[in-house]
Amino acid sequence: MTRAACIASALLLIALARASTAETIAYTGATVHTMGPAGTLENATVIIRNDRFLAVGSNLSPPDDARIIDASGKIITPGLFSPMGHLGLTEVSAVDESVDFYQSGTRFSASFDIADAYNHRSPVLAVNRSGGITRALTAPSPALGEETAVPQVFSGLAAVVQLGDNPDFIADRGSAMVVNLGEVGSAVSHGSRAAAILGLRAALDDGIDYRRNKDAVERGQRRDYSLSIEDLEALQPVIAGRTPLLVNINRASDIETIVRIASEYGLELILYGGAEAWMVADLLAANNVAVILDSKANLPASFDALNARLEAPAILAAAGVEISFGVDWQSETHVGRNITQSAGNAVANGLPWMEALEAITIAPARMYGVDDQFGSIEPGKEADLIVWSADPLELTSNPDDVMIRGQQVSLENRQTLLRDRYLQADSAKPPAFRK
Amino acid sequence: MKRTIVSCAVFLLVATGCDKGTDGDEAVPYASRYKPLASGATLLQGATVLTGTGDRLDDTDVLMRDGRIAAIGPNIDAAGASTIDASEMWVTPGVIDVHSHLGVYASPGVAAHSDGNEMSTPVTAEVWAEHAVWPQDPGFVTALAGGVTSLQILPGSANLIGGRGVTLKNVPGRNVMEMKFPGAPYGLKMACGENPKRIYGGLGQSPMTRMGNVAGYRTAWIQAADYRDKMQAAEDGQGEAPMRDLRLETLVGVLDGEILVHNHCYRADEMAVMLEIAEEFGYTISTFHHAVEAYKIADLLAANNTCAAVWADWWGFKMEAYDGIRENAALVDRAGACAIIHSDSEIGMQRLNQEAAKVMGAAARVDIDITPEHAIQWLTKNPAGALGILDHTGTLEVGKMADIAVWNGNPFSVYTKVDRVFIDGALVFDRNDPSVNPVTDFSLGTAAVTGGAQ
Repeated sequence: MTRAACIASALLLIALARASTAETIAYTGATVHTMGPAGTLENATVIIRNDRFLAVGSNLSPPDDARIIDASGKIITPGLFSPMGHLGLTEVSAVDESVDFYQSGTRFSASFDIADAYNHRSPVLAVNRSGGITRALTAPSPALGEETAVPQVFSGLAAVVQLGDNPDFIADRGSAMVVNLGEVGSAVSHGSRAAAILGLRAALDDGIDYRRNKDAVERGQRRDYSLSIEDLEALQPVIAGRTPLLVNINRASDIETIVRIASEYGLELILYGGAEAWMVADLLAANNVAVILDSKANLPASFDALNARLEAPAILAAAGVEISFGVDWQSETHVGRNITQSAGNAVANGLPWMEALEAITIAPARMYGVDDQFGSIEPGKEADLIVWSADPLELTSNPDDVMIRGQQVSLENRQTLLRDRYLQADSAKPPAFRK
Repeated sequence: MKRTIVSCAVFLLVATGCDKGTDGDEAVPYASRYKPLASGATLLQGATVLTGTGDRLDDTDVLMRDGRIAAIGPNIDAAGASTIDASEMWVTPGVIDVHSHLGVYASPGVAAHSDGNEMSTPVTAEVWAEHAVWPQDPGFVTALAGGVTSLQILPGSANLIGGRGVTLKNVPGRNVMEMKFPGAPYGLKMACGENPKRIYGGLGQSPMTRMGNVAGYRTAWIQAADYRDKMQAAEDGQGEAPMRDLRLETLVGVLDGEILVHNHCYRADEMAVMLEIAEEFGYTISTFHHAVEAYKIADLLAANNTCAAVWADWWGFKMEAYDGIRENAALVDRAGACAIIHSDSEIGMQRLNQEAAKVMGAAARVDIDITPEHAIQWLTKNPAGALGILDHTGTLEVGKMADIAVWNGNPFSVYTKVDRVFIDGALVFDRNDPSVNPVTDFSLGTAAVTGGAQ
C-alpha cells in the first residue's frame, strides 16, 4: 500500500469509527429558543444526528432509531458563545508561566497567533462549559507594562474555539485581529493615543504597499516597513475586509476616529470595552460596527469611560447595533460563564430578553463570521445546545445538559470535585482520603 | 486584576465594643459627624418583607418614624405617615458591604487616586483608611442604587497589617467624618499570603515567604503587648509611660477587643494558622475576607465564631484563589458559621444580591436549599455583626435604624432592581425620581447624572 493510500485508509477507518459511535438524539417537549428563523417553539422536538441538528419543530416525531431525552417543561437554547477572553491561554492569571495570551517581544505583533498556544485540556474550560459556554473567542492582549521598541497597537490574532471533547477544538483560526486604542493604545505607543493611530495607519499603509510590491520586497528593492513581513502578511485579510479588527476602545471620540479610519480603509470593525459607544450608537449602526460590552460597567473607571451607564446595551441595540457581552475584563476567562449575568443586567436595564439571549449565542457567531456553522438551532448547523430547568439568564439557573457538536459533555470539573469532597464534612477520613 | 490582588482585605469579627473615637462626640478628633437627613414618618404597605433575621413576612407593612423602624406587621395604622404602596415590592434591610475600597481607590482609577496601600513597610497599623477616603467617589452613589446603606472601607492587602478600616453610612458628605457610622468600632486590616510576600520579597526584604509573614504578625503582637503592659504599668504608677505610638496603639485596640480584625486570607491552611496566632496573643478574628477556601474549614470558623466574607465565584486570578467554588458561602453557612457576601469591587458591590443568587443556584445542585429569607442575611445581618453594628442596623427590627432597601421584586432575580433606599428613615435614592438622588461633584456633567446610577 502506498503511503497516500495508507493515509486514506486510515482516514476512512476514523470516519467509520466516528459514524459507528454516532447516534441520533431527540430532545422532546421543550420550549426551544432556536435563535434562528424558526424563532421560539413550544413543546418542540430537537433532533440531532451525528454532530449536527437534523430538525427542530413543534409536533415533530423523532426517528425510530433516536435516543429520546425528555425535556418537557425545560428550556433549550443554543450553546453560549463567550465573545472575548483568553480561554485555553491561562490557568492562573498571576502565574506567568501559565499565561500565553500576550508576549512582549518586538519582532511580531499582528502575526502573533494565539491558536498555537491553545490548550483544549485546560481545567478552566470545563468550569465554563458547566455554565453553558460551548464556543468562545480566545484572544491575545497587550503586554502592558513591558517596554517595547516600537508601538504595538496590534496584539495579534484571535481564534474561535469550541469547548467540546473532540479534536477539532479550533473552530476558526484568525477570527479577528486585536488592536488596542484609547488609553491602552496610548500606553503601548509611548504615551499618546495619536501615536497609536499613527502606528495603525502606518501598518495598514505598509500592508497595502507590501501587497502591491511583493516581488520588489523580495528583491530588497522596497523601503523599510514599520512591521515585519510576517505581520504584514497577517494584515492582508484585515485590509481585504475579511477579518475584523477587534478594537479595545472606550471613549466616544476615539470610537469616532476608528470608525473614520475603518471607512477609509474598508475595514470591518468590532469594538470591545465600548463604555461610551452608546453616545455614538447611530454612527455605529450606520457603519455596521458591532460592540462587545460589560453591561455592569457603569462607573468612570478611567477618563475614557466618563459616561459609562447601565442602559448602554439597550441604547445600542435599539439603534440597530449588533451587541454581545463580556464580563469584567480582568477576569473574563475564569468566570466567562457570567456572560449570562451581563445579559440579565442588560435586560434589567431595558434590553428585550430575546435580544439579550441573541447577544450571547448567534450574535457573536455573526460577528466572527461563523454563524453559518453554529450559534443557532437550525438543521445542518453543528449541534451545540443547553437544556435549562429555568430562565437561562437567572443566576440561580444551571445547565442540566450541555451538548457540543452532538455530544453530551460532562459537567464535572475541578470545582465540582472540590465541592463533592468537602460536602462530606462528617466523614471520619481527612479530605485527602475522600475520593 | 491588579487592583484586586493588591487591595483585597480580610477582616475578623471581634466583640462589638465601640471605639470612643467614633461615637459621635464632636469634641473628639475624627469622630463621626454624620447627621441623618431630615425625614418624616413613612409607611411601606403590603410588601414582601425579608427581615434579615431569617423570616419572610408576606403582605406586611413597615413603618419608619424618627429615623427608626417603628413597627412591622399587617395593616399598621400610621396616621400622618406618608404611604408607599409596596404591594409589588420586596423590603429588606439595607445591604452592608464589609469589604470596600470606595474613596481610597476611587473612580476614575488613576494613580492619583491610589490611596489604599501604604506599601512602605509591612506593618502599617498606624494608618487609617478614613484619612484617605474621597467622598466624591462616584462609586458611593452607584452602590446606593444597589441598596448599600453601610460599608466598611478598608486599606489594601499589600501589608501584613495594613491599617484601620472605617465603617460609613452611605450618605455622601463633604468629608469622611460626615459619613462615619456613629458608634461603629474600627476595623484592622490584616493580610495573609501572596500579596505581602510578593511585594516585600520583590524588594529583597521580609516578608518574602509565608514564614516571614507569620513572623511579621507575631513580632507586631509582641510589641503591642509590651506597649500595653508598659502603658498599664505607668497607669498603675510604675515607671514612665512610653511615647505615644500610633502603630502600637491600634494593635492594643485589637488586644483590648475594641478594634475588630478583618483578615484578607484565601487558603484554608493559612486561615487556620491565623487562628493560632489570634489564640497565642489573645485576640479574636472577626472575619476572614475573600476566604476562597473557607468551605474547607467551615467547622473551624464556626468553632471560633469567625465569619467568612466571600465572593460568589471569583477564582483563578492567582494561585491562592485556585480552589474557589461557587458553593463556598453555602458550605460555610451549612456548618453553622457566619457567611457573608462581600464585594472588594465597586461594580460587584452594586449587586451583592446577584452574587448571593449564584450561590443559591449552585447550592441547589447539591440539594442545599437556601431560601431568600435566609440568603438575605449574608448581605445584611451577618456583615452588620462582623462590623459590630448589628445592635443598630442589619435587620428589620423595631427600634433599629431605618436602613432599608425596597426592591421591585425578588432580590435574587437578575432582573430585580432597587426601587428606593432609606437611610435612618430618610429617602436617599428613588429610581423613579432622580431629583432625590445624590450626584458626586465628580459626576456633574456626565451620564452618571442621568444614567450611571439609574
